[in-house]
Amino acid sequence: MSEWLVLMGAVIVGASGFPGLLFRRSALAGQWLTTLLAVFGAGLGLMGVCWFVRTGETHAIVRDWLPQGIRLNVAVDGLSAIFLVPVFLISLLGSIYGLGYWKQTEHQENGRALRLFYGLLAGSMAFIVLARNGYLFLFAWEIMALSAFFLVTTEDDKPDVREAGWIYLVATRMATVFLFALFALLHTASGSFKLFALTESNSNVTPGMATAIFLLALGGFGIKMGIMPLHVWLPSAHATAPSHVSAIMSGVILKMGVYGLVRVTSLLPNPPLAWGAIVLALGAVSGVLGVALAVGQRDLKRLLAYSSIENIGIIMMGLGLALIGRSLGRPDWVILGMAGCLLHVCNHALFKGLMFFCAGSVIHGTGTREIDSLGGLAKLMPWTALCFIIGSVAICGLPPLNSFVSEFFIYLGLFDTLVDTSKPSFAVAGLAAAALALIGALAVACFVKAYGAVFLGTARSEHSRHAHESPLSMLGPMGVLAGGCLVIGLAPSLIAPALVSGIVTWAPNVADVGGRLAALAPLPWISIMGCGLVAGLWLGWSVLSSRLRSNVVEHASTWGCGYIAPNTRMQYTSSSFAQMLVDLFAWALHPRTHRPTPFPLFPQQTDFRTEVPDVMLDQAMLPTFHFVARLFTWLRFLQQGNVQIYLLYIFLVLVALLLWP
Amino acid sequence: MNTLVNNTIHILLAVLLPPLLLGVINRTKAIFAGRNGPPLLQPYYDLIRLFQKGSVFSTTTTWVFRAGPVVGLVTAAIAVLFVPLVNSTAPISFKGDMILFAYLLGLSRFFTTSAALDTGSPFEGMGAAREVTFACLAEPALFMGLLVLARLSGRLELARMLGDSMASNWTTSGAALALVLLSWFIVLLVENCRIPFDDPNTHLELTMIHEVMVLDHSGPALGMILYGAALKLFIFGALIVRLAFPITTSSAWLDWPIFVLGMLIVTVVIGIVESTTARLKMTHIPILLVASCLLSGFGIILLVR
Repeated sequence: MSEWLVLMGAVIVGASGFPGLLFRRSALAGQWLTTLLAVFGAGLGLMGVCWFVRTGETHAIVRDWLPQGIRLNVAVDGLSAIFLVPVFLISLLGSIYGLGYWKQTEHQENGRALRLFYGLLAGSMAFIVLARNGYLFLFAWEIMALSAFFLVTTEDDKPDVREAGWIYLVATRMATVFLFALFALLHTASGSFKLFALTESNSNVTPGMATAIFLLALGGFGIKMGIMPLHVWLPSAHATAPSHVSAIMSGVILKMGVYGLVRVTSLLPNPPLAWGAIVLALGAVSGVLGVALAVGQRDLKRLLAYSSIENIGIIMMGLGLALIGRSLGRPDWVILGMAGCLLHVCNHALFKGLMFFCAGSVIHGTGTREIDSLGGLAKLMPWTALCFIIGSVAICGLPPLNSFVSEFFIYLGLFDTLVDTSKPSFAVAGLAAAALALIGALAVACFVKAYGAVFLGTARSEHSRHAHESPLSMLGPMGVLAGGCLVIGLAPSLIAPALVSGIVTWAPNVADVGGRLAALAPLPWISIMGCGLVAGLWLGWSVLSSRLRSNVVEHASTWGCGYIAPNTRMQYTSSSFAQMLVDLFAWALHPRTHRPTPFPLFPQQTDFRTEVPDVMLDQAMLPTFHFVARLFTWLRFLQQGNVQIYLLYIFLVLVALLLWP
Repeated sequence: MNTLVNNTIHILLAVLLPPLLLGVINRTKAIFAGRNGPPLLQPYYDLIRLFQKGSVFSTTTTWVFRAGPVVGLVTAAIAVLFVPLVNSTAPISFKGDMILFAYLLGLSRFFTTSAALDTGSPFEGMGAAREVTFACLAEPALFMGLLVLARLSGRLELARMLGDSMASNWTTSGAALALVLLSWFIVLLVENCRIPFDDPNTHLELTMIHEVMVLDHSGPALGMILYGAALKLFIFGALIVRLAFPITTSSAWLDWPIFVLGMLIVTVVIGIVESTTARLKMTHIPILLVASCLLSGFGIILLVR
């Protein structure tokens, strides 16, 4: 039952954009129809997921799809269920958000195409998660990758959008190359394209082959996830896409990479210790450098994009811990690591979706995403400001919100690697806890800067002086996500059954996951402390308010050391706020600092700013690609720009393959 | 003595003692400077007076400005319940509470720095930027120390990590504990904005960290900030006391005076450090903080080698 609901939901969401093509450009009806279909389909899908988590009953659907024995093979299991939640939830809310943010009447030239690919993207991601067959997986993966390309390049009249689109396209093609090799190797190992857990007995997988498969997965899915050296496509693509597209890209597409890696590691037999160590180390590096890069950004959406790299790092730390636990036979680490990994997947979808929706609301209200030309929006856009601060607290992993719970799992697991010395252990992993603490503190710096510079203080430009609050169609989805962050933070036990079924699917030989998870992580205590914190804050607030009511309260301008005419230019800008941290991480970030000349004879107007360009892109990837491009110029004669000639090449290659023994 | 009485004394001490610590530090500094100094109880008088005063709010500010002091005080008040004072117990103790402890302080930092930015003043922005920057290095140092203690005690509750086994751990792994003690003392100084990191008494807004963030707060809100800061000093002081004087006698009635004495010694030491060292150059602060992380890091290496 659950699998049919999910499948129908996926198909309806996937096709939701097609009827809209039949409507006039200038009419709103098409957008409403598409949105209704998407909401209906995603709702069906979410019902299916709930059904599965409640009852646990599910059956694979196997149908002949194409001749030559290629089959449609889909099923829902614990891992699929966890990843289906962000897919359906964010696409549902994103479609509603689009009603206000990307109104058909205001974007006649690209609104219909955007909704077509939005639906296709969501549907294909559901299929990726459902697929139990390598062909189907790759097919859905390609639809996802290409529809995401068309979504990134929605506003293809702008040069920076086209550039971001190109970089994304190159990155996603490279990921696909890895995946083709990966599934080919899996086929060699298992003898079919069906995805099932490989063991020594049911396949001819060797340790070397398993490691090759793992490394290919790390490369291919790693590009999609944006782990640190492979992240170069991510910031510009997230920044230039429309905000509800950024939300689904950051909240869900990255998670497809995570899903791939989690799924492939679940299929392979017991991993060597090095895999877990590599994943954990990559996670720590992505986390620290991702958030350090985020601190230096001056574009609100680029900042959020780098923060996604950080969160992917945290997710990888969980996965790494679980892998280490599996290699060393430590079920506690498997449970805590995997619970942290899977819960952070959901959490990140919630709060990053929320943050991109908020960023979209800011762009909608002011027309800019330059942090240094915003400021003082909390008064003009109070609801957006409230949602943004909730999202910021969540993103920093602070109690009482959701991300604290997932980081809590990972912390507990990492501490545990140091504690019990009687069994085989891997104490170095404990140091990752200190890295996680550094990530947390940097995230606070980053989001205090973002919230402070965008919403607090006074307006820095005309854009923000005349800002207006967004319509209900945009605020509603934001409110739902903010509420989700709060609910998971206060009552993590609600989501524990879904986590348990995910962990059981990933590591079937760990016994009594539910009982152990309850013993390992005191979830009721988190609820109690969360509620206690909320109650305490309410109490403190009412004490302060009552004192303010009974005492005299005056209003005056901000204290400026006796200077009585403070103006907006005296405020700390985001550049100056981040400067010390950027200097601290200058060894990794290579910031470009524009400093005023200190003491010219006649001081003139001047300014200070730091820019943190992407080091990997500018100093490693682009030079390499240029070099390779030069190397291949001698093949240029083959490239005629003529489709017929290319068909001829394909024909010749196929003939050559026929001749192959 | 039963738990109820112990917890009552714990909470009473946490409520009443913190302002005195500020008074002791100020008196120590005054003696070193050859002055009489303010009365020991001056911080209490200040608090009472502030709660009765009116307030001035900047027209730039929003609700975040008022939330800052509230969050700062409430988070510290909850965090103090996790810290053991005399033995292996604390009013609230569960597995992993040290993580919540550290993240509550993070929540407080989020809102106090946001409240500072709410005024749109250059000075407060400056203070907020420094606060979040230095915290990025103090936080890993705190966690490195926690890792050492988790390893030594084999427990993941703050009260147990700093509990009765501490005394015997000093004999077996004294070197690692000494490194943590030094590292956490540095964390105490930076988290509570003490010399050599920050000077609470400076008269130049440009050079301050904590004081400059609260320039615009007044009346009851400032009182909450002052009290929250005292409570935070009490919390970190208690961690140091448990590390440095892990003395648990057979009689609980003796333990509490010993704890208060230990706390006073720690505050006097802070006063001496403040009187005898000069402020660090702002650019040198991160170097000392990295060193503090590394001290605890060496502690871990000593234990897992």
